[in-house]
Amino acid sequence: MPSFAKRAAAAAVVVVAIVVVNALLSAEGLFGFGVPRYWAHVLMLAGVNVILAVSLNLINGFTGQFSIGHAGFMAIGAYASAYLTVYHGQAWERQLSGAVGEAAAGFLVFLLAIAVGAVVAGLAGLVVGVPSLRLRGDYLAIVTLGFAEIIRIVILNMDVVGGATGFTVPGETDFLWVGSFAVITIIVVHNIVRSDTGRALISIREDELAAEAMGINSTRYKVLSFVVGSMFAGIAGALFGHYTKFLSTADFTFIRSFEIIIMIVLGGMGSITGSVLGAVVITVLPEFLRLLPTVGGFNFADLRLVIYSALLILIMLTRPQGVLGEREFGFNWLRRAQKRPEGDEAVGAGGGVPIDERPARTVSHEAGEDVIKGVEKR
Amino acid sequence: MDTFVQQLINGLTIGSIYALIALGYTMVYGILRLINFAHGDVYMIGAFVGFFLAHGLGFAAEPSLVGLGVTLVGSMAAAAVIGMAIERFFYKPVRKYARMTTLITAIGVSLLIENLGVVIFGNAPRAFPSLVENKQYALFGRATIDSTQLLIFGVSVALMVLLEWIVYHTKVGTAMRAVSFNLNSAKLMGINTDAIIVFTFALGSALAAAGGVLTAQYNPTIYPLMGIITGLKAFVAAVLGGIGNIPGAVLGGLLIGAAETLVVGYGQLVGIPSTYRDAVAFAILILVLLFRPAGLLGTTVQEKV
Repeated sequence: MPSFAKRAAAAAVVVVAIVVVNALLSAEGLFGFGVPRYWAHVLMLAGVNVILAVSLNLINGFTGQFSIGHAGFMAIGAYASAYLTVYHGQAWERQLSGAVGEAAAGFLVFLLAIAVGAVVAGLAGLVVGVPSLRLRGDYLAIVTLGFAEIIRIVILNMDVVGGATGFTVPGETDFLWVGSFAVITIIVVHNIVRSDTGRALISIREDELAAEAMGINSTRYKVLSFVVGSMFAGIAGALFGHYTKFLSTADFTFIRSFEIIIMIVLGGMGSITGSVLGAVVITVLPEFLRLLPTVGGFNFADLRLVIYSALLILIMLTRPQGVLGEREFGFNWLRRAQKRPEGDEAVGAGGGVPIDERPARTVSHEAGEDVIKGVEKR
Repeated sequence: MDTFVQQLINGLTIGSIYALIALGYTMVYGILRLINFAHGDVYMIGAFVGFFLAHGLGFAAEPSLVGLGVTLVGSMAAAAVIGMAIERFFYKPVRKYARMTTLITAIGVSLLIENLGVVIFGNAPRAFPSLVENKQYALFGRATIDSTQLLIFGVSVALMVLLEWIVYHTKVGTAMRAVSFNLNSAKLMGINTDAIIVFTFALGSALAAAGGVLTAQYNPTIYPLMGIITGLKAFVAAVLGGIGNIPGAVLGGLLIGAAETLVVGYGQLVGIPSTYRDAVAFAILILVLLFRPAGLLGTTVQEKV
């Protein structure tokens, strides 16, 4: 457990980093140094994608449920918060600015809009999660995919949020918002995973029947993880909408959901740092593909989705746990290397092999039964 | 009443196509416990192969039964080969891994086919040539049924009867049912389970391709992403009937088709705009999962530990 001083120092570093990056990304730049507009845009999107990937990893990576409709919850958050800022934002800001000042009023109203986006997306997660999470995992995949489509159709038919013509939204988001919420998402998911709840989630992922036998109410925990994940998707949607200043249902197709999945699969199912890395790589990759020369009439950027899907299959065939697996990367290995005296070998149940490097237990499901390799069945 | 009968006929037409596709989902699920996400895309491939066959062999110019037959059988054969290739190259290597891995692989294969389709065929819809002469037949005086609808009913019923015969009256069908019942025991009884799995994929893919060509006769725009929504609805049909259950898939398909058309026809009366037609299947899915997760004809199976 890090000391309070260490925590405070870490928090200060994070806050300063967000402020500095925000200044670098802003139109004015920091002391005249700024990031080019286009790359600033890419970095903002990367921040939103970090929120999406880390929250989806809570559902897919840590709980072992498979949601492929994250874009649907993102859409709900985006439209719900935008509805608030467009129709009530100015009036509320006027009323509040008398009491707390203009800047604080704008801050509070946007914060409220984000919160509403999160709550509405979370409620939608509850409605979708309760019926499908009572059953085995496969159903969630189909239901979330279908649900994301329904959401799109419903929004297309709602004239109050622009319907098919799109919805113009005031711009509120800057990197202070995106960076802060990305950090909050990471901290919340990290803390959930390291808590009792997280242990329950991981036990459900590893073996739902065994978890049930140990007295874990698997449906309750699965729904919990799903709702929390959906709430953060809603937050990401709210930030996204108020950054792009224009919402169209075309932003929330299954392709968006798919991109989030490839981020967490690339980074590693069950690795928070992995999903951060995956989110940044997948956001930036198309920009590099655009720089490659055109071959045979095809620009590599046009082949982006083909490359993603081929990559997804390749990872599954060769390294199904993702590039990082469940490993987190950080600076701990430096400290560990210093601490361990020479000749000191780890001992324990794993035969001295660090947990990360033990062969993954393979579970197959031939003939409808889960067969665990290496365990004799009687 | 007349329009109701008419809507029902239209709904059952679409429904029998959903049923054809749902059969492939349900057979593969019955054997491997895998949702073959790429199945909807095999349906798309079937339609495109049919398109190129019809144009390449010159059947597009004039409707003819020979042209229809060659197109249908050709695209079914091509899709069967593609289905087998998908199983061999993508699903077989991950079969030993956890269920999540196979599921992600299936989604990956589906997306790969869709996006390759967009790159190769382009995003613009194409018009599928009409292979049957369009004739209207009056039914009981009031409602009408056209030749395309008759064709869809006829071919679907024929294929379903053929499938029924294969599954219940041939040796390979017996083996399929044995593998679906218990893969390991089937293996112990000397059944070449790998061959049976490949055969199941071939059979399901051929049915999906037939569905693709038939759909294209009814609604002649084909495009690379056409398999997504149709595939999902067919999967819902399989779940509605009871996944793994062959008659259930047919029943589910017909019900989904009918429900969809009735919502388009009568939804306004209860305040559901016709643009919600694609949402109907998913609403049904959520209701099924809530009240009867095993499906209409399915039975609840206790999971063995």
